[in-house]
Amino acid sequence: MKIAVLVKEVPDSYGERKLDTTTGLADRGASDRVIDEITARAVEAAVSYADSAQDAEVVLVTMGPESAESMLRKTLAMGADSACHISDEALTGADLGLSAEVLAAALRRIGFDLVIAGDVSSDGTGGLLPTMLAQRLGVAHLTSLDSAQISETEVSGERGTYGGTVSLRADLPAVVSVTERMPDPRFPGFKGIMSAKKKPLETLTAADLGVDAQADVPRSIMLSVTQAPARTAGTKVTDEGEAGTQLADYLAEKRLV
Amino acid sequence: MAENNVVTFLPVLPNGELVGSAAGLLGAAGRLGSPVAVIVAAPGQGQAAAAAAGTFGAQRVYLAETPQTQSVLTAPALEAVAAAVGATGAEAVLVPNDVDGRDIAGRLAVRLPAAVAADAVGIARDAEGNVVHHSVYGSAYTTESAPTHGTLIVTLREGAVDERAQAAEPTVETLEVPEAGSAAAEITGFSENLQASTRPDLRSAATVVSGGRGLGSAEGFALAEQLADELGGGLGASRAAVDAGYAPNSYQVGQTGVTVSADLYIALGISGAVQHQAGMQSAKTIVAINKDPEAPIFDIADFGIVGDAFDVVPQLITRLKERAGGGS
Ligand SMILES: Cc1cc2nc3c(=O)[nH]c(=O)nc-3n(C[C@H](O)[C@H](O)[C@H](O)COP(=O)(O)OP(=O)(O)OC[C@H]3O[C@@H](n4cnc5c(N)ncnc54)[C@H](O)[C@@H]3O)c2cc1C
Ligand SMILES: Cc1cc2nc3c(=O)[nH]c(=O)nc-3n(C[C@H](O)[C@H](O)[C@H](O)COP(=O)(O)OP(=O)(O)OC[C@H]3O[C@@H](n4cnc5c(N)ncnc54)[C@H](O)[C@@H]3O)c2cc1C
Repeated sequence: MKIAVLVKEVPDSYGERKLDTTTGLADRGASDRVIDEITARAVEAAVSYADSAQDAEVVLVTMGPESAESMLRKTLAMGADSACHISDEALTGADLGLSAEVLAAALRRIGFDLVIAGDVSSDGTGGLLPTMLAQRLGVAHLTSLDSAQISETEVSGERGTYGGTVSLRADLPAVVSVTERMPDPRFPGFKGIMSAKKKPLETLTAADLGVDAQADVPRSIMLSVTQAPARTAGTKVTDEGEAGTQLADYLAEKRLV
Repeated sequence: MAENNVVTFLPVLPNGELVGSAAGLLGAAGRLGSPVAVIVAAPGQGQAAAAAAGTFGAQRVYLAETPQTQSVLTAPALEAVAAAVGATGAEAVLVPNDVDGRDIAGRLAVRLPAAVAADAVGIARDAEGNVVHHSVYGSAYTTESAPTHGTLIVTLREGAVDERAQAAEPTVETLEVPEAGSAAAEITGFSENLQASTRPDLRSAATVVSGGRGLGSAEGFALAEQLADELGGGLGASRAAVDAGYAPNSYQVGQTGVTVSADLYIALGISGAVQHQAGMQSAKTIVAINKDPEAPIFDIADFGIVGDAFDVVPQLITRLKERAGGGS
């Protein structure tokens, strides 16, 4: 059983995240780059299954700049077996459609029984890539799972929907995406970190995957980027027994109640 | 732009009612052209939803009634939307940015193929075509995007569009949903959330009251509920409050939760981590009550109170009641 996990490097949301207002691209120098927490949970789901399974192999897959390689090394220490890094200048600023084309080609090349992704990235916030991959790969999708059960032949889980929770299942191969209700990622131990240094890590370009980034297909393009004015602090009072009343009067004055 | 059809997917609740996002979706569709609704419901449940879509401005409704909505994930809705796009030659397709909407958009984008504008907060039409507005990196930037060519698919952030289309008498056309064209997951069960809330939806509520870890317990979280109900507002929570079990997942406000579009946001016992701010810093007026004078939430609060929420909120509620009762 081969599980491919889609991991993504993103600007650290604890820092200041910047967009270049001329190019519309993420300003990669502006903040630390970290693994998107949700994709670390996807790795956890895969390695915890692999821990208990007979022959499960876990491959990390990412498309991202050169810096993503060290993120992959760190993440291999959680217990994955190998990693695939698609890194190509031609893919800078790729939209969802191009990203899906590239990642689907990589997944086909690697081979998989199950693909595990995060539900929504913390930078792009599309929440679309996993389903786009399922469509490209011709397999079922089970997205935004709050819990997941994996077996050798099928995957099942629950997701929240309007008015309740639905239970889903599909035969493998399939693509799933998980939410932050899934268990926290483990901290790699010393042994994991040491062995990660020797694990296979393959680097590929778009051309290796037979993808033409310049193809004349519909793309989403950014026309403009504007920084929103920063919010500033207003009135701040310390409660000396009257603050509740003061607040009620403030709200009434501003016609908010 | 007489025949500029905008296909709009409107999800329905298990009881056949339209989901709250419908009015905003059709309002947004009306800005681009003629709103064409797609409704996929269980047999016998679609007509009422179709009529409701008319009141929100649908000029035409494609209605598919199939028991498959309860047994197959995404595929019935995808096929219905694809059929409506084919029949109308739509220039744009709008879906809500919820899990089902995203699944439809993702598959349709690959199938057509078409560009997707993700998590839009507004759309407009100019001389060159459709332009989509986004608010990204936790409202730190606003961006505009457009497709190079082809149909535009938009996932619209719930509650972001206030505009409403004029009510219409829609023509309703029945769609036969073909068998799923690709592998699909099976829906094996549904458990209804019994304590359906009577509060306004968190995403679109004009007033939102959120509670954080500072409320200390599920019982303490009731303080946020009381204030929300006094103000007729929606109820939210920080991730720490959700993780601690004070509130359900769906209440989470922030980077990985809901982005509110409120006029008034009141944070009780919430420190104001950047990831929380990402979901609420665009509220028009922010009020924070926190014991810690250094809490970052105060940096963005229009009215901040350094104090214990359990002292301040009861007094606030009493004063609001007095005012409502005709006192000064
Ligand atoms: C602020 C911003 C706004 C954007 N808006 C748009 C837009 O409107 N339309 C558009 O077409 N593109 C847009 N993009 C580009 C888009 O983010 C990228 O194409 C990205 O590669 C995938 O989209 P996502 O981050 O939204 O992924 P999501 O669909 O949110 O990702 C879900 C999961 O897919 C996997 N995944 C996503 N990206 C990668 C990757 N590079 N490598 C490995 N796994 C991955 C991860 O498991 C992730 O958790 C935007 C980018 C930014 C920074
Ligand atoms: C990838 C990622 C995504 C995240 N996404 C989200 C998200 O979507 N939403 C989110 O909220 N967080 C998110 N977080 C978590 C975020 O970083 C914070 O941990 C979280 O917001 C803290 O919640 P809190 O303010 O309730 O708790 P705390 O930070 O513990 O703050 C509690 C506050 O209550 C105050 N307090 C205590 N008692 C009282 C009292 N009696 N009266 C008044 N004040 C009192 C304290 O002074 C303190 O400031 C995310 C984190 C990561 C890494």
